[in-house]
Amino acid sequence: MITPIDIASASIVLLLITFLTAGLLRRNQALLIKVSFSLSAFASLAALSAGIWTVGSGITERVTLIIGLPDLPFHLRLDPLAGYFLTVVGLLSFFVSIYSTGYVKGFLGRRSVTRLVVFYCLFIAGMFMVVLADDALFFLISWEAMAAASYFLVMFEDENAENRRAAFLYMVVAHVGAVAILLSFGVMAGLAAGFENFNGFTFDAMRQAQFPTGWATVAFLLAFFGFAAKAGVVPLHVWLPEAHPVAPSNVSALMSGVMLKTAIYGIVRVTFDLLKVFPWWWGAFVLILGIVSAVMGVLYALMQHDLKRLLAYHSVENIGIILIGIGLAMIFKSFNLPMLAALALIAGLYHTMNHAMFKGLLFMGAGSVLHATRERNMEEMGGLIHRMPWTAALFLVGCISISALPPFNGFVSEWLTFQAFLLSPSLPIPMMRLLMPMGAALLALTGALAAACFVKAFGVTFLGHWRGHHNPHIHETDWSMRSAMLMAALTCLLLGILPTLYIEWMDILSEQLVGAKLAASAAVGGWMWLTPVAPERASYSGIVVFVGIIAVYGIVYFILHVNPGKIHRGPIWDCGFEKLTSRMQYNATSFSMPIRRIFGFLFKIKEEVSLVPQSAHPAFPKKLHYELKVRDRFWKWIYKPVADASFWCSRKVGRLQQGRIQAYLIYSFVTIIILLFFTR
Amino acid sequence: MNLQTVAHINSFLAAFVLLTAFGMLVQKRIYSLIHLFAWQGLFLSISTAIVGYVAGRHHLYISSILTLSLKVILLPYILHVLIVRLKIRKEVETIINIPMTMLIGIALVIFSYHLTAPVRELSTLITRSTLAVALATVMIGLLMMITRRHAVTQIIGFLAMENGLFFAATSATYGMPLVVELGVALDILIAAFIFGIFFFHIHTTFDSLDVEQMARLKEGD
Repeated sequence: MITPIDIASASIVLLLITFLTAGLLRRNQALLIKVSFSLSAFASLAALSAGIWTVGSGITERVTLIIGLPDLPFHLRLDPLAGYFLTVVGLLSFFVSIYSTGYVKGFLGRRSVTRLVVFYCLFIAGMFMVVLADDALFFLISWEAMAAASYFLVMFEDENAENRRAAFLYMVVAHVGAVAILLSFGVMAGLAAGFENFNGFTFDAMRQAQFPTGWATVAFLLAFFGFAAKAGVVPLHVWLPEAHPVAPSNVSALMSGVMLKTAIYGIVRVTFDLLKVFPWWWGAFVLILGIVSAVMGVLYALMQHDLKRLLAYHSVENIGIILIGIGLAMIFKSFNLPMLAALALIAGLYHTMNHAMFKGLLFMGAGSVLHATRERNMEEMGGLIHRMPWTAALFLVGCISISALPPFNGFVSEWLTFQAFLLSPSLPIPMMRLLMPMGAALLALTGALAAACFVKAFGVTFLGHWRGHHNPHIHETDWSMRSAMLMAALTCLLLGILPTLYIEWMDILSEQLVGAKLAASAAVGGWMWLTPVAPERASYSGIVVFVGIIAVYGIVYFILHVNPGKIHRGPIWDCGFEKLTSRMQYNATSFSMPIRRIFGFLFKIKEEVSLVPQSAHPAFPKKLHYELKVRDRFWKWIYKPVADASFWCSRKVGRLQQGRIQAYLIYSFVTIIILLFFTR
Repeated sequence: MNLQTVAHINSFLAAFVLLTAFGMLVQKRIYSLIHLFAWQGLFLSISTAIVGYVAGRHHLYISSILTLSLKVILLPYILHVLIVRLKIRKEVETIINIPMTMLIGIALVIFSYHLTAPVRELSTLITRSTLAVALATVMIGLLMMITRRHAVTQIIGFLAMENGLFFAATSATYGMPLVVELGVALDILIAAFIFGIFFFHIHTTFDSLDVEQMARLKEGD
């Protein structure tokens, strides 16, 4: 009898075998790409089916592996929560693996892709292992395997100093985070079964333990710090906008789409499953950091003109939105309001899936643009909708989804989060009741700014005319990349118009983690109407909105095209200037200028305008140089002092190295004398 | 032989060991240094034999013979050959001047007596008073490695340290088990060969055996 965990384990084994043997095919790079990405797509599909099956039937299975450390075998467990994240990771890595068969071909002839292929497989396997792990040891091993693999993927194009710096920064943050997670597990294991043995290292032992509040808080804060470093929560986000743009786009899609989600998984696992009982201020803490990340993330994103960097900052924003849902769920749970907690948790987890889909789609779209134009700077692009209609349309779907507009999926989860916010008056603390609407307002601001940002991203990249100095041969992407993006876009649409079915499927999660089901009220109006609390309060039907939009579009199209002579194309009206060039178009910098003025105090802005006067008369300048630098303030506030201090310490310690044997002998001599003196 | 006399003879030999240690500390000429090292080994070997006779530990005779053959004959011979082969005629240079080194050495001896005072009160062995000398010899050997620049003198310092340890073992517990002694002796022999090989390499690389030259290997700032 095959069970989901068998399928999931088989998928991991398949990925690990591909990881180990892919190198054998390095002589034939084209074949290597085909074989290994097909295998990883197949393995992802297997993991996806295992995940769907587990969540759907609500089963929990365990396996103890015979391998592991002496006396510490590895434990695997597939419960609905793990299954849910297995689904998220499996679905996106399936799409991205298909996409990669086309995308990675772009490197052929330029450089060897063996490293990319090999670590890609290890990376996906690492993410699957993280969600399946059921003891601290195996979890950390998988976590580090995932981090190491992604480090090598970020380093793939290592001839650029920028890439090496980004990868190093990523490695440092990942390791500091991993140490915090390790300490957190150590605290929990020690409290669960004593500090003298290793019995507490299984998650089962931690689940059964009762933690004193003080130590539980320590464990939670450590774990949250560690996972937040991975998820890119402000102010630990600095590695994210550095590492995501420089990685190959298929890897960026996976890193942004699902690797950050493993951190969300870790937070949910530790708080709702291992610690279980917590005071309300933990939730408030997560909620506040979530709101800060959401607002700061989108504001920083607006300032970017590198397409992939912009998307990376949006990951910060969306992680913030997910954390808002989780933070609200924690608050509601600590006040024993299971129905509301279920709503907030479902909203957060729904957004996890949605973000994986549309961010994956957007990064794949950005990758296609990069593949076609070899350009990441939006200011050098424009008018791509004529050359790449498929990519443009699919990228637009991603933009609509991430901007939380109906009928796509982003709307559903943000709407659910709002519903959770609006129910906060039932909280017993007046302070919270006052502050919650502010949080809701900030979330609304985030949504609006995200929409503005994607108007910019789509408009500058795909509309208008080509702005670049050089004019490359731009081509539409091949079928594998297109089909992967198409599937992701369709998933976005389906998640947007059929939320009731999806919530019914994942409802087991909220039942297990917070003790209430949402489906009973969510589907009260049938599968068409999503009613999270009660029909008289709020309801939404994605399918009706979708049909409505299609109908309006159809009518408008019909009215415009019923008389073919009505539409004609003409030259741009140039106010009689007659010398318009494509460089004079509205661009990303000018689009974001109003917001830069309003929120300027949040950034470190350096703006320089210099005129190159013509020799004839200063009133007729020849050229105007405009230079704008927008920097992250957190870098100077938090990271630079830490980096400087560590360099200072290293230099001081470095003085010990004299290069003379006598000096080293003196060190040991003095040590011996001092020790003898004190231990006499 | 009565115990009192043996204790006196042993203390007398210990004094000679310490004297040779100081001699090595101040000796500038490399040939004399090797001779002093051989003398130290000889005193050590006699002392071991006497302790073995009094305490009735016959394996100490083997230790004594090993010491005699290795430290008095073989190692000085190897070092001698090495010096001749490498044509080292230069006088030994010290980093700190000799009176200063002597003063530090004396301080170390006092410190050793201070350290071993509790042991002397507890122990019942006839050799207990020589433990401080043994410890002082170890420390003086280390001091010699610190104050000298020449690789060969550093090795002699190292071997002198080993002598001190051996002496400490004999005086504190009537010697280590024979297996350990044999192992240590073999180690010393092999170490001497390895040093010899390394000296040749260092000499060909740096054209000198002055360890100051190796400061060039330091990582730059």
